[in-house]
Amino acid sequence: MKTAGKRILMAKTGLDGHWRGPTVVAKALRDAGFEVIMIGMARPEEVMQASIDEDVDLVGLNIGGHVDVAVRAIGMVREARPEVPIFVGGVVPPHAKRKLESLGVEVYPPGSQLPDIVAAAVRLTGAA
Amino acid sequence: MLLRCGLRGQPEILGAGMNPELEQQLQGELERARKGDRGALARLISVLERGGYGAACVERGLSARAADSYTVGITGAPGAGKSTLVNALLGEMVADAQRVALLAVDPSSPLSRGALLGDRVRMHSHAASPAVFIRSMASRGQLGGLAVATRSARRLLEACGWPLIMIETVGVGQVELDVASTTDTVVVVLNPGWGDEVQANKAGLMEVADIFVINKADKAGLEATRRDLEGALASLPQQRRPAIVETVATEGRGAVDLWAAICAHRQAIEESGELRERRLGQLRAELRGFVEAHLEVALDELFATDCADLQLAAIGRGAVDMPAAGDVLLAELWSLVNSPKRR
Repeated sequence: MKTAGKRILMAKTGLDGHWRGPTVVAKALRDAGFEVIMIGMARPEEVMQASIDEDVDLVGLNIGGHVDVAVRAIGMVREARPEVPIFVGGVVPPHAKRKLESLGVEVYPPGSQLPDIVAAAVRLTGAA
Repeated sequence: MLLRCGLRGQPEILGAGMNPELEQQLQGELERARKGDRGALARLISVLERGGYGAACVERGLSARAADSYTVGITGAPGAGKSTLVNALLGEMVADAQRVALLAVDPSSPLSRGALLGDRVRMHSHAASPAVFIRSMASRGQLGGLAVATRSARRLLEACGWPLIMIETVGVGQVELDVASTTDTVVVVLNPGWGDEVQANKAGLMEVADIFVINKADKAGLEATRRDLEGALASLPQQRRPAIVETVATEGRGAVDLWAAICAHRQAIEESGELRERRLGQLRAELRGFVEAHLEVALDELFATDCADLQLAAIGRGAVDMPAAGDVLLAELWSLVNSPKRR
Protein backbone atom coordinates (compact mmCIF):
# COMPACT_ATOMS: atom_id res chain seq x y z
CA MET A 1 0.00 0.00 0.00
CA LYS A 2 1.20 3.49 -0.79
CA THR A 3 -0.57 5.25 2.04
CA ALA A 4 2.54 7.12 3.21
CA GLY A 5 2.05 10.84 2.70
CA LYS A 6 -1.66 10.50 1.85
CA ARG A 7 -3.66 12.97 3.90
CA ILE A 8 -7.16 12.53 5.30
CA LEU A 9 -9.24 15.22 6.99
CA MET A 10 -11.46 13.95 9.80
CA ALA A 11 -14.18 16.27 11.06
CA LYS A 12 -17.21 15.97 13.24
CA THR A 13 -20.14 17.95 11.90
CA GLY A 14 -22.61 16.54 14.41
CA LEU A 15 -23.05 18.43 17.66
CA ASP A 16 -23.22 15.35 19.89
CA GLY A 17 -20.30 14.43 22.09
CA HIS A 18 -19.70 10.96 20.67
CA TRP A 19 -15.98 11.07 20.01
CA ARG A 20 -15.18 7.38 20.24
CA GLY A 21 -16.15 6.55 16.64
CA PRO A 22 -14.06 9.16 14.80
CA THR A 23 -11.14 8.62 17.20
CA VAL A 24 -11.07 4.86 16.63
CA VAL A 25 -11.32 5.36 12.87
CA ALA A 26 -8.57 8.00 12.90
CA LYS A 27 -6.22 5.67 14.78
CA ALA A 28 -6.92 2.81 12.39
CA LEU A 29 -6.13 5.09 9.45
CA ARG A 30 -2.95 6.29 11.16
CA ASP A 31 -1.87 2.68 11.73
CA ALA A 32 -2.45 2.05 8.02
CA GLY A 33 0.12 4.78 7.29
CA PHE A 34 -2.14 7.74 6.53
CA GLU A 35 -1.61 11.25 7.86
CA VAL A 36 -4.90 12.04 9.56
CA ILE A 37 -5.71 15.67 10.25
CA MET A 38 -8.23 15.85 13.08
CA ILE A 39 -10.19 19.07 13.36
CA GLY A 40 -12.81 17.88 15.84
CA MET A 41 -16.24 19.45 15.87
CA ALA A 42 -16.33 21.86 12.97
CA ARG A 43 -18.70 24.09 11.04
CA PRO A 44 -19.08 23.44 7.29
CA GLU A 45 -16.98 26.56 6.55
CA GLU A 46 -14.13 25.18 8.68
CA VAL A 47 -14.30 21.79 6.99
CA MET A 48 -14.10 23.47 3.60
CA GLN A 49 -11.18 25.76 4.56
CA ALA A 50 -9.25 22.87 6.11
CA SER A 51 -9.80 20.71 3.03
CA ILE A 52 -8.09 23.46 0.99
CA ASP A 53 -5.28 24.53 3.34
CA GLU A 54 -4.36 20.98 4.37
CA ASP A 55 -4.39 19.74 0.73
CA VAL A 56 -6.10 16.50 1.76
CA ASP A 57 -6.75 13.50 -0.49
CA LEU A 58 -9.94 12.45 1.31
CA VAL A 59 -12.48 13.97 3.70
CA GLY A 60 -14.14 11.91 6.43
CA LEU A 61 -17.18 13.31 8.25
CA ASN A 62 -18.71 11.99 11.45
CA ILE A 63 -22.23 13.30 11.16
CA GLY A 64 -23.89 12.10 14.37
CA GLY A 65 -27.43 12.26 12.98
CA HIS A 66 -27.25 15.92 11.87
CA VAL A 67 -27.77 15.22 8.21
CA ASP A 68 -28.54 18.78 7.09
CA VAL A 69 -25.25 20.14 8.43
CA ALA A 70 -23.40 17.25 6.79
CA VAL A 71 -25.09 17.94 3.45
CA ARG A 72 -24.03 21.59 3.70
CA ALA A 73 -20.43 20.59 4.52
CA ILE A 74 -20.40 18.14 1.61
CA GLY A 75 -21.67 20.86 -0.74
CA MET A 76 -19.00 23.32 0.36
CA VAL A 77 -16.14 20.82 0.10
CA ARG A 78 -17.43 19.76 -3.33
CA GLU A 79 -17.36 23.34 -4.52
CA ALA A 80 -13.85 24.02 -3.18
CA ARG A 81 -12.26 20.63 -3.95
CA PRO A 82 -14.43 18.84 -6.53
CA GLU A 83 -11.81 16.12 -7.06
CA VAL A 84 -11.66 15.08 -3.39
CA PRO A 85 -13.73 12.03 -2.34
CA ILE A 86 -15.79 12.15 0.86
CA PHE A 87 -16.88 9.37 3.19
CA VAL A 88 -19.27 9.60 6.08
CA GLY A 89 -19.71 7.68 9.34
CA GLY A 90 -21.55 7.96 12.61
CA VAL A 91 -25.24 7.63 13.37
CA VAL A 92 -26.84 7.75 9.94
CA PRO A 93 -30.60 7.03 9.73
CA PRO A 94 -31.60 4.82 6.75
CA HIS A 95 -33.33 7.62 4.82
CA ALA A 96 -30.27 9.81 5.31
CA LYS A 97 -27.99 7.04 4.06
CA ARG A 98 -29.87 7.00 0.75
CA LYS A 99 -29.78 10.78 0.51
CA LEU A 100 -26.03 10.94 1.21
CA GLU A 101 -25.27 8.15 -1.24
CA SER A 102 -27.24 10.00 -3.89
CA LEU A 103 -24.73 12.84 -3.38
CA GLY A 104 -21.94 10.46 -4.27
CA VAL A 105 -20.41 9.96 -0.82
CA GLU A 106 -19.74 6.57 0.74
CA VAL A 107 -21.58 5.89 4.01
CA TYR A 108 -20.32 3.75 6.91
CA PRO A 109 -23.09 3.52 9.55
CA PRO A 110 -22.67 1.94 13.01
CA GLY A 111 -21.66 -1.69 12.69
CA SER A 112 -19.21 -0.99 9.88
CA GLN A 113 -15.93 -2.86 10.27
CA LEU A 114 -12.64 -0.99 10.65
CA PRO A 115 -10.82 -3.02 7.97
CA ASP A 116 -13.60 -2.09 5.51
CA ILE A 117 -13.26 1.60 6.37
CA VAL A 118 -9.47 1.45 5.99
CA ALA A 119 -9.86 -0.40 2.68
CA ALA A 120 -12.23 2.32 1.49
CA ALA A 121 -9.70 5.01 2.42
CA VAL A 122 -6.98 3.15 0.51
CA ARG A 123 -9.23 2.85 -2.54
CA LEU A 124 -10.55 6.43 -2.42
CA THR A 125 -7.08 7.99 -2.04
CA GLY A 126 -5.66 5.85 -4.81
CA ALA A 127 -3.15 4.30 -2.40
CA ALA A 128 -3.93 0.73 -3.46
CA MET B 1 18.89 17.46 -7.33
CA LEU B 2 22.06 17.32 -5.42
CA LEU B 3 23.73 20.58 -4.79
CA ARG B 4 27.14 20.61 -6.41
CA CYS B 5 29.65 23.38 -6.50
CA GLY B 6 30.49 24.26 -10.08
CA LEU B 7 34.00 24.91 -11.34
CA ARG B 8 33.87 28.59 -10.47
CA GLY B 9 32.36 27.88 -7.10
CA GLN B 10 28.89 28.71 -8.35
CA PRO B 11 26.38 26.29 -6.97
CA GLU B 12 24.13 24.54 -9.45
CA ILE B 13 21.28 22.29 -8.52
CA LEU B 14 21.57 19.03 -10.34
CA GLY B 15 18.36 18.07 -11.99
CA ALA B 16 17.59 21.53 -13.36
CA GLY B 17 15.97 21.21 -16.77
CA MET B 18 15.22 17.52 -16.22
CA ASN B 19 11.47 17.89 -16.70
CA PRO B 20 10.66 21.31 -18.20
CA GLU B 21 6.94 20.57 -18.28
CA LEU B 22 6.69 19.89 -14.54
CA GLU B 23 8.95 22.81 -13.80
CA GLN B 24 6.70 25.14 -15.77
CA GLN B 25 3.60 23.78 -14.08
CA LEU B 26 5.10 24.34 -10.63
CA GLN B 27 6.19 27.86 -11.54
CA GLY B 28 2.59 28.50 -12.57
CA GLU B 29 1.40 27.24 -9.19
CA LEU B 30 3.93 29.48 -7.48
CA GLU B 31 2.64 32.52 -9.40
CA ARG B 32 -0.94 31.70 -8.35
CA ALA B 33 0.12 31.13 -4.74
CA ARG B 34 1.90 34.49 -4.71
CA LYS B 35 -1.31 36.15 -5.91
CA GLY B 36 -3.14 34.73 -2.90
CA ASP B 37 -4.50 31.39 -4.20
CA ARG B 38 -4.55 29.31 -1.00
CA GLY B 39 -5.21 26.08 -2.86
CA ALA B 40 -2.03 26.58 -4.91
CA LEU B 41 -0.09 27.41 -1.73
CA ALA B 42 -1.39 24.25 -0.03
CA ARG B 43 -0.51 22.07 -3.02
CA LEU B 44 3.00 23.53 -3.14
CA ILE B 45 3.57 22.69 0.53
CA SER B 46 2.65 19.10 -0.35
CA VAL B 47 5.19 19.18 -3.17
CA LEU B 48 7.85 20.40 -0.72
CA GLU B 49 6.85 17.64 1.72
CA ARG B 50 7.27 14.96 -0.96
CA GLY B 51 10.80 16.22 -1.57
CA GLY B 52 12.92 15.23 -4.57
CA TYR B 53 12.86 16.89 -7.96
CA GLY B 54 9.49 18.63 -7.55
CA ALA B 55 10.56 20.22 -4.28
CA ALA B 56 13.84 21.37 -5.87
CA CYS B 57 11.84 23.02 -8.69
CA VAL B 58 9.75 24.97 -6.15
CA GLU B 59 12.85 25.88 -4.13
CA ARG B 60 14.47 27.31 -7.25
CA GLY B 61 11.51 29.63 -7.66
CA LEU B 62 11.85 30.83 -4.07
CA SER B 63 15.55 31.51 -3.94
CA ALA B 64 15.42 35.03 -5.31
CA ARG B 65 13.13 36.40 -2.62
CA ALA B 66 14.21 38.76 0.12
CA ALA B 67 13.39 37.58 3.63
CA ASP B 68 11.08 40.00 5.34
CA SER B 69 8.54 37.89 7.20
CA TYR B 70 8.88 37.49 10.94
CA THR B 71 8.79 33.96 12.36
CA VAL B 72 7.77 32.96 15.88
CA GLY B 73 8.42 29.44 17.20
CA ILE B 74 6.29 27.82 19.90
CA THR B 75 7.83 24.79 21.58
CA GLY B 76 7.50 22.77 24.80
CA ALA B 77 6.63 19.36 26.17
CA PRO B 78 3.65 17.31 24.90
CA GLY B 79 0.47 18.53 26.56
CA ALA B 80 1.98 21.82 27.77
CA GLY B 81 -0.79 23.64 25.92
CA LYS B 82 1.06 24.83 22.81
CA SER B 83 -1.88 24.49 20.41
CA THR B 84 -4.35 26.11 22.79
CA LEU B 85 -1.87 28.91 23.38
CA VAL B 86 -1.38 29.34 19.63
CA ASN B 87 -5.16 29.61 19.25
CA ALA B 88 -5.30 32.38 21.85
CA LEU B 89 -2.26 34.07 20.28
CA LEU B 90 -3.82 33.97 16.81
CA GLY B 91 -6.71 35.94 18.31
CA GLU B 92 -4.36 38.68 19.52
CA MET B 93 -2.47 38.79 16.24
CA VAL B 94 -5.61 39.00 14.12
CA ALA B 95 -7.04 41.67 16.44
CA ASP B 96 -3.79 43.55 15.79
CA ALA B 97 -4.60 43.47 12.06
CA GLN B 98 -1.96 40.86 11.29
CA ARG B 99 -2.26 38.11 8.72
CA VAL B 100 -0.74 34.95 10.21
CA ALA B 101 0.32 31.63 8.76
CA LEU B 102 0.86 28.70 11.10
CA LEU B 103 2.82 25.51 10.50
CA ALA B 104 1.84 22.99 13.20
CA VAL B 105 4.05 19.92 13.40
CA ASP B 106 2.99 16.63 15.03
CA PRO B 107 4.93 13.35 15.12
CA SER B 108 4.79 10.61 12.50
CA SER B 109 4.72 7.03 13.73
CA PRO B 110 8.12 5.40 13.30
CA LEU B 111 6.23 2.11 12.92
CA SER B 112 3.49 2.81 10.38
CA ARG B 113 4.74 6.20 9.10
CA GLY B 114 1.18 7.36 9.68
CA ALA B 115 0.34 10.36 11.84
CA LEU B 116 -2.50 11.81 13.81
CA LEU B 117 -2.30 15.56 13.42
CA GLY B 118 -4.50 17.02 16.13
CA ASP B 119 -3.36 20.61 16.59
CA ARG B 120 -6.35 22.05 14.70
CA VAL B 121 -8.75 20.57 17.25
CA ARG B 122 -7.74 23.45 19.57
CA MET B 123 -7.90 26.14 16.91
CA HIS B 124 -11.53 26.57 16.00
CA SER B 125 -11.65 30.28 16.71
CA HIS B 126 -9.76 31.12 13.53
CA ALA B 127 -10.09 27.99 11.41
CA ALA B 128 -12.20 29.68 8.74
CA SER B 129 -10.64 33.16 8.85
CA PRO B 130 -9.15 34.56 5.62
CA ALA B 131 -6.45 36.24 7.75
CA VAL B 132 -5.19 32.90 9.10
CA PHE B 133 -3.60 30.02 7.20
CA ILE B 134 -3.10 26.81 9.19
CA ARG B 135 -1.17 23.84 7.89
CA SER B 136 -0.57 20.62 9.85
CA MET B 137 2.68 18.83 9.08
CA ALA B 138 3.77 15.33 10.06
CA SER B 139 7.39 15.13 11.22
CA ARG B 140 8.06 12.26 8.78
CA GLY B 141 11.02 10.84 10.65
CA GLN B 142 12.77 14.09 11.58
CA LEU B 143 13.95 14.15 15.19
CA GLY B 144 14.53 17.86 15.79
CA GLY B 145 10.92 18.81 16.53
CA LEU B 146 10.16 19.98 12.99
CA ALA B 147 9.47 18.24 9.67
CA VAL B 148 12.01 18.10 6.81
CA ALA B 149 9.90 20.53 4.80
CA THR B 150 9.10 22.99 7.59
CA ARG B 151 11.94 25.35 6.69
CA SER B 152 11.16 25.39 2.98
CA ALA B 153 7.43 25.75 3.73
CA ARG B 154 8.34 28.77 5.86
CA ARG B 155 10.18 30.29 2.93
CA LEU B 156 7.25 29.56 0.63
CA LEU B 157 4.86 31.34 3.02
CA GLU B 158 7.28 34.24 3.11
CA ALA B 159 7.39 34.37 -0.68
CA CYS B 160 3.59 34.37 -0.73
CA GLY B 161 3.50 37.48 1.41
CA TRP B 162 2.51 36.16 4.84
CA PRO B 163 4.14 38.79 7.08
CA LEU B 164 3.90 36.79 10.28
CA ILE B 165 4.60 33.06 10.49
CA MET B 166 4.21 30.84 13.53
CA ILE B 167 5.78 27.41 13.82
CA GLU B 168 4.48 25.04 16.48
CA THR B 169 6.84 22.13 17.09
CA VAL B 170 6.21 18.53 17.97
CA GLY B 171 5.94 18.10 21.75
CA VAL B 172 9.63 18.11 22.70
CA GLY B 173 11.88 16.96 25.52
CA GLN B 174 15.19 18.68 26.09
CA VAL B 175 17.26 18.67 22.94
CA GLU B 176 14.91 18.98 19.96
CA LEU B 177 16.09 22.42 19.01
CA ASP B 178 15.56 22.83 15.25
CA VAL B 179 13.06 25.55 16.08
CA ALA B 180 15.90 27.73 17.38
CA SER B 181 17.65 27.77 14.01
CA THR B 182 14.40 28.33 12.10
CA THR B 183 12.57 31.12 13.91
CA ASP B 184 13.27 34.69 15.03
CA THR B 185 11.60 34.53 18.44
CA VAL B 186 11.48 31.25 20.36
CA VAL B 187 8.68 30.79 22.92
CA VAL B 188 9.14 27.86 25.33
CA VAL B 189 5.96 26.70 27.07
CA LEU B 190 6.20 25.21 30.57
CA ASN B 191 3.63 24.34 33.23
CA PRO B 192 3.46 24.72 37.02
CA GLY B 193 5.04 21.77 38.76
CA TRP B 194 7.17 21.09 35.72
CA GLY B 195 10.49 20.68 37.52
CA ASP B 196 12.89 22.27 39.92
CA GLU B 197 15.86 24.56 39.54
CA VAL B 198 18.07 21.69 38.37
CA GLN B 199 15.73 21.16 35.41
CA ALA B 200 15.66 24.89 34.79
CA ASN B 201 19.46 24.95 34.58
CA LYS B 202 19.81 22.00 32.20
CA ALA B 203 21.26 22.52 28.77
CA GLY B 204 19.17 22.47 25.63
CA LEU B 205 15.63 23.74 25.43
CA MET B 206 16.05 26.10 28.38
CA GLU B 207 18.96 27.86 26.65
CA VAL B 208 17.19 28.75 23.41
CA ALA B 209 14.12 30.46 24.85
CA ASP B 210 13.59 34.14 24.13
CA ILE B 211 10.34 34.08 26.08
CA PHE B 212 9.12 31.60 28.69
CA VAL B 213 5.43 30.96 29.09
CA ILE B 214 4.10 29.30 32.23
CA ASN B 215 0.81 28.01 30.85
CA LYS B 216 -1.98 26.54 33.02
CA ALA B 217 -1.02 29.26 35.50
CA ASP B 218 -4.20 28.56 37.47
CA LYS B 219 -2.71 25.24 38.60
CA ALA B 220 -0.86 24.66 41.86
CA GLY B 221 2.89 25.19 41.84
CA LEU B 222 2.98 28.41 39.81
CA GLU B 223 5.04 30.33 42.37
CA ALA B 224 7.68 27.60 42.73
CA THR B 225 8.04 27.23 38.96
CA ARG B 226 8.40 30.98 38.50
CA ARG B 227 10.97 31.16 41.30
CA ASP B 228 13.04 28.27 39.86
CA LEU B 229 12.94 29.82 36.42
CA GLU B 230 13.94 33.25 37.68
CA GLY B 231 16.74 31.65 39.68
CA ALA B 232 18.09 29.92 36.60
CA LEU B 233 17.95 33.11 34.55
CA ALA B 234 19.40 35.38 37.21
CA SER B 235 22.99 34.98 35.99
CA LEU B 236 22.13 36.36 32.54
CA PRO B 237 22.63 40.08 31.88
CA GLN B 238 19.38 42.00 32.20
CA GLN B 239 18.93 42.72 28.48
CA ARG B 240 19.41 39.06 27.53
CA ARG B 241 17.08 37.71 30.20
CA PRO B 242 13.99 36.06 28.64
CA ALA B 243 10.63 37.47 29.68
CA ILE B 244 8.37 35.19 31.70
CA VAL B 245 4.67 35.32 30.85
CA GLU B 246 1.89 33.54 32.75
CA THR B 247 -1.07 32.30 30.75
CA VAL B 248 -4.25 30.25 31.05
CA ALA B 249 -4.60 29.51 27.37
CA THR B 250 -7.96 27.72 27.61
CA GLU B 251 -9.46 31.03 28.79
CA GLY B 252 -7.26 33.24 26.64
CA ARG B 253 -5.75 34.77 29.79
CA GLY B 254 -2.27 36.23 29.29
CA ALA B 255 -2.36 35.96 25.49
CA VAL B 256 -2.24 39.74 25.17
CA ASP B 257 0.86 39.81 27.42
CA LEU B 258 2.54 37.12 25.35
CA TRP B 259 1.86 38.99 22.12
CA ALA B 260 3.32 42.14 23.74
CA ALA B 261 6.40 40.19 24.85
CA ILE B 262 6.90 38.83 21.33
CA CYS B 263 6.65 42.34 19.84
CA ALA B 264 9.10 43.67 22.45
CA HIS B 265 11.61 40.90 21.69
CA ARG B 266 11.30 41.55 18.00
CA GLN B 267 11.94 45.24 18.46
CA ALA B 268 14.94 44.55 20.71
CA ILE B 269 16.70 42.18 18.28
CA GLU B 270 15.90 44.38 15.30
CA GLU B 271 17.47 47.37 17.02
CA SER B 272 20.52 45.52 18.35
CA GLY B 273 21.29 43.91 15.00
CA GLU B 274 20.94 40.45 16.49
CA LEU B 275 18.12 39.62 14.08
CA ARG B 276 20.51 39.93 11.13
CA GLU B 277 22.91 37.49 12.82
CA ARG B 278 20.08 35.07 13.59
CA ARG B 279 18.91 35.14 9.99
CA LEU B 280 22.42 34.23 8.81
CA GLY B 281 22.42 31.33 11.24
CA GLN B 282 19.02 30.23 9.96
CA LEU B 283 20.22 30.29 6.38
CA ARG B 284 23.27 28.25 7.32
CA ALA B 285 21.13 25.64 9.11
CA GLU B 286 18.75 25.51 6.17
CA LEU B 287 21.54 24.97 3.65
CA ARG B 288 23.07 22.27 5.80
CA GLY B 289 19.68 20.62 6.23
CA PHE B 290 19.21 20.68 2.46
CA VAL B 291 22.52 18.92 1.88
CA GLU B 292 21.85 16.45 4.68
CA ALA B 293 18.44 15.54 3.31
CA HIS B 294 19.89 14.75 -0.10
CA LEU B 295 22.79 12.80 1.36
CA GLU B 296 20.30 10.77 3.36
CA VAL B 297 18.35 9.88 0.23
CA ALA B 298 21.61 8.71 -1.38
CA LEU B 299 22.46 6.73 1.75
CA ASP B 300 19.07 5.01 1.67
CA GLU B 301 19.70 4.15 -1.97
CA LEU B 302 23.11 2.75 -1.12
CA PHE B 303 21.73 0.54 1.63
CA ALA B 304 19.07 -0.76 -0.75
CA THR B 305 21.82 -2.17 -3.00
CA ASP B 306 23.81 -5.36 -2.21
CA CYS B 307 26.86 -3.21 -1.68
CA ALA B 308 26.03 -2.82 2.00
CA ASP B 309 25.10 -6.50 2.31
CA LEU B 310 28.48 -7.53 0.90
CA GLN B 311 30.26 -5.46 3.52
CA LEU B 312 28.01 -6.82 6.25
CA ALA B 313 28.81 -10.37 5.19
CA ALA B 314 32.52 -9.54 5.17
CA ILE B 315 32.26 -8.12 8.69
CA GLY B 316 30.41 -11.28 9.74
CA ARG B 317 33.22 -13.48 8.37
CA GLY B 318 35.77 -11.34 10.15
CA ALA B 319 37.31 -10.43 6.79
CA VAL B 320 37.07 -6.66 7.42
CA ASP B 321 36.50 -4.46 10.42
CA MET B 322 33.85 -1.76 10.79
CA PRO B 323 36.03 1.25 9.87
CA ALA B 324 37.33 -0.48 6.72
CA ALA B 325 33.79 -1.45 5.63
CA GLY B 326 32.70 2.10 6.39
CA ASP B 327 35.43 3.48 4.12
CA VAL B 328 34.27 1.28 1.27
CA LEU B 329 30.67 2.40 1.70
CA LEU B 330 31.66 6.06 1.96
CA ALA B 331 33.52 5.72 -1.35
CA GLU B 332 30.42 4.09 -2.86
CA LEU B 333 28.24 6.87 -1.47
CA TRP B 334 30.47 9.45 -3.07
CA SER B 335 30.28 7.83 -6.49
CA LEU B 336 26.51 7.40 -6.09
CA VAL B 337 26.16 11.11 -5.35
CA ASN B 338 28.21 11.88 -8.46
CA SER B 339 26.62 9.30 -10.74
CA PRO B 340 25.21 10.63 -14.04
CA LYS B 341 21.82 9.05 -13.20
CA ARG B 342 21.26 11.59 -10.49
CA ARG B 343 21.92 14.62 -12.65
